[in-house]
Amino acid sequence: MSVRRLYHDQPAHFVPSGTTTAFADLAVTRYPAGRQASAVLPVLWKIHEQDGWICEPAIRWVAERLSMPYIRVLEVATFYTMFNLAPAGTHFLQVCTTTPCWLRGSDGVVSACREKIGPEGVVRADGKFSWIEVECLGACVNAPTIQLRSDFYEDLDHDKTVALIEALERGENPKPGSAIGRHSSEPLGGATTLKDLSVGGDD
Amino acid sequence: MLKDQDRIFTNLYGFDDWGLKGAMRRGDWSGTKEILAKGRDGIIQEMKDSGLRGRGGAGFPTGLKWSFMPKESDGRPHYLVVNADESEPGTCKDRDIMRHDPHKLVEGCLIAGFAMAAHAAYIYVRGEFIREREHLEAAVAQAREAGLIGPNACGSGWDFEVYVHHGAGAYICGEETALLESLEGKKGQPRLKPPFPAGMGLYGCPTTVNNVESIAVAPTILRRGGAWFAGLGKANNTGTKIFCISGHVARPCNVEEEMGIPMRELIERHAGGVRGGWDNLLAVIPGGSSVPMLPKSICDDMTMDFDALRNAKSGLGTAAVIVMDKSTDLIKAIARLSRFYKHESCGQCTPCREGTGWMWRVMERLVKGEADPSEIDLLLQVTYQVEGHTICALGDAAAWPIQGLIRHFRPVIEERIASRRGVPVAHAAE
Ligand SMILES: Cc1cc2nc3c(=O)[nH]c(=O)nc-3n(C[C@H](O)[C@H](O)[C@H](O)COP(=O)(O)O)c2cc1C
Ligand code: SF4
Ligand code: FES
Repeated sequence: MSVRRLYHDQPAHFVPSGTTTAFADLAVTRYPAGRQASAVLPVLWKIHEQDGWICEPAIRWVAERLSMPYIRVLEVATFYTMFNLAPAGTHFLQVCTTTPCWLRGSDGVVSACREKIGPEGVVRADGKFSWIEVECLGACVNAPTIQLRSDFYEDLDHDKTVALIEALERGENPKPGSAIGRHSSEPLGGATTLKDLSVGGDD
Repeated sequence: MLKDQDRIFTNLYGFDDWGLKGAMRRGDWSGTKEILAKGRDGIIQEMKDSGLRGRGGAGFPTGLKWSFMPKESDGRPHYLVVNADESEPGTCKDRDIMRHDPHKLVEGCLIAGFAMAAHAAYIYVRGEFIREREHLEAAVAQAREAGLIGPNACGSGWDFEVYVHHGAGAYICGEETALLESLEGKKGQPRLKPPFPAGMGLYGCPTTVNNVESIAVAPTILRRGGAWFAGLGKANNTGTKIFCISGHVARPCNVEEEMGIPMRELIERHAGGVRGGWDNLLAVIPGGSSVPMLPKSICDDMTMDFDALRNAKSGLGTAAVIVMDKSTDLIKAIARLSRFYKHESCGQCTPCREGTGWMWRVMERLVKGEADPSEIDLLLQVTYQVEGHTICALGDAAAWPIQGLIRHFRPVIEERIASRRGVPVAHAAE
């Protein structure tokens, strides 16, 4: 179990953007009438996208919006580990260190983050970066892997992680996916199967 | 080796268009109306004939599971829920289906949903898979636009909607009842069973939860016939399967292969072999982090199927093959998994909440050899006290990797402790 608590320094208000409000209205339509609580994760997620973390007033806003008791939304926000409960750096790197990534050198990725950004979970002085260790991202055949916003950066090592962080520092938008030129999950150097795309699975 | 003609996921790597056009070119959505015309019983019989066993880890026969849904609705709607939470360390196959072949999943939802008299499917995607979710959402929109789902889906007379939902980072939400709780907007804490989801699932309605791969292979099985699928693989372990090969191999990859393929052939043919050659192999975790590891001696002639792996006291699980060569600190590899289970326990039952933390702390000490040799047996005892004494199988999943380590590599742990104390171990004379 991971014990997670709200941040000590909370803003007085949460101001939803137009997109966030519109999303909340749309999200509830995907569930049967009276089941609007089902939208709690998608809506919290949208807020997370907007602010980069979940503050206490946002939890109140969601509870009101979805007619849920405040405690239920608080429970959800603290249970699911992808919700940051404190502000993160502009670039927030989630480094996978579970066994398949560890076997392929996630220690090197972690040390690169320490060197370039600082200790885990601490926002760098310029506010631009922070990083944390996370559990398996579900990309283990492209290990080691980092999640950055919506994308995965894969097949990394120490130096490639340094290069990734330096590219972000220069304001670039590094290409997601494999750092060693793989298209996706095929073996490096080319697939051993499906060489003839004209062969359909169904006949 | 499985022939390309018998592969279901012809766009596994995404070299071709994942959208509707590409999917149709590859044969998806062809004759779907005719498949539905077989009727509920016809579809379920064909699935039973195929011998397909669930691809989410437990290997429960899919056709049989669908047949558990009530024949007649008592007024409550029925639901199909697709488990796309894919979080078992080592596993990354559903990801490829969603980002590169999402229409197989959407078409499968319609067919499976129809076979269980559901008018709606919810696909629960893990929060981290954002790009995958975007492709899936786009595929759902394309299918709806083309009249393939929605009112009168494929002209079948059946109305069917598919909704994509997502989590926010909780392995436990892959457990089917935790997933339902999460989908209802709560903490993802597993429910006590019974009642089973087929009687009381989502919103208290009859529900079937299936893995992404189980649902995505259904359309091809129904197009080519249950007998075709049953003709691949081995008896009771039929068909094809996506394997994820990670760790110390030359070229880690996902690949669709026949069930029952020898482990060594799988690793050497598709992943370029063990780093440094087969003789450099130490151990393999053959089915995702939850199953016990196997030493090289057993891997030498092991086949990749439910029954063979179970007989070897391990399991096929999600078919995520994690390879570890002789450079691996096995105690550390398992200690890291113990940390994973401690982190992911939902905290609801005491043996799991306290046990996962306790086991992890002891494992960390074993890594450094800071323990008494008697603690190995104590640790083993604790794994037995957790196993089978919890609400869901996460407790078992936390216990098994440690049991596998002790079963096959106890001397490694003993030596670590002895070298720390500077005392050589007395080896048994046999
Ligand atoms: C802790 C835990 C995590 C699980 N995670 C997943 C998962 O990520 N994906 C999945 O399909 N099944 C997962 N399962 C298995 C599901 O409970 C369920 O058996 C499965 O989705 C059924 O689908 P199938 O019959 O098609 O295999 C998990 C089970 C447990 C106990
Ligand atoms: S076994 Fe663990 S994860 Fe499962 S219900 Fe109990 S505490 Fe939660
Ligand atoms: S272990 Fe890192 S992505 Fe799976």
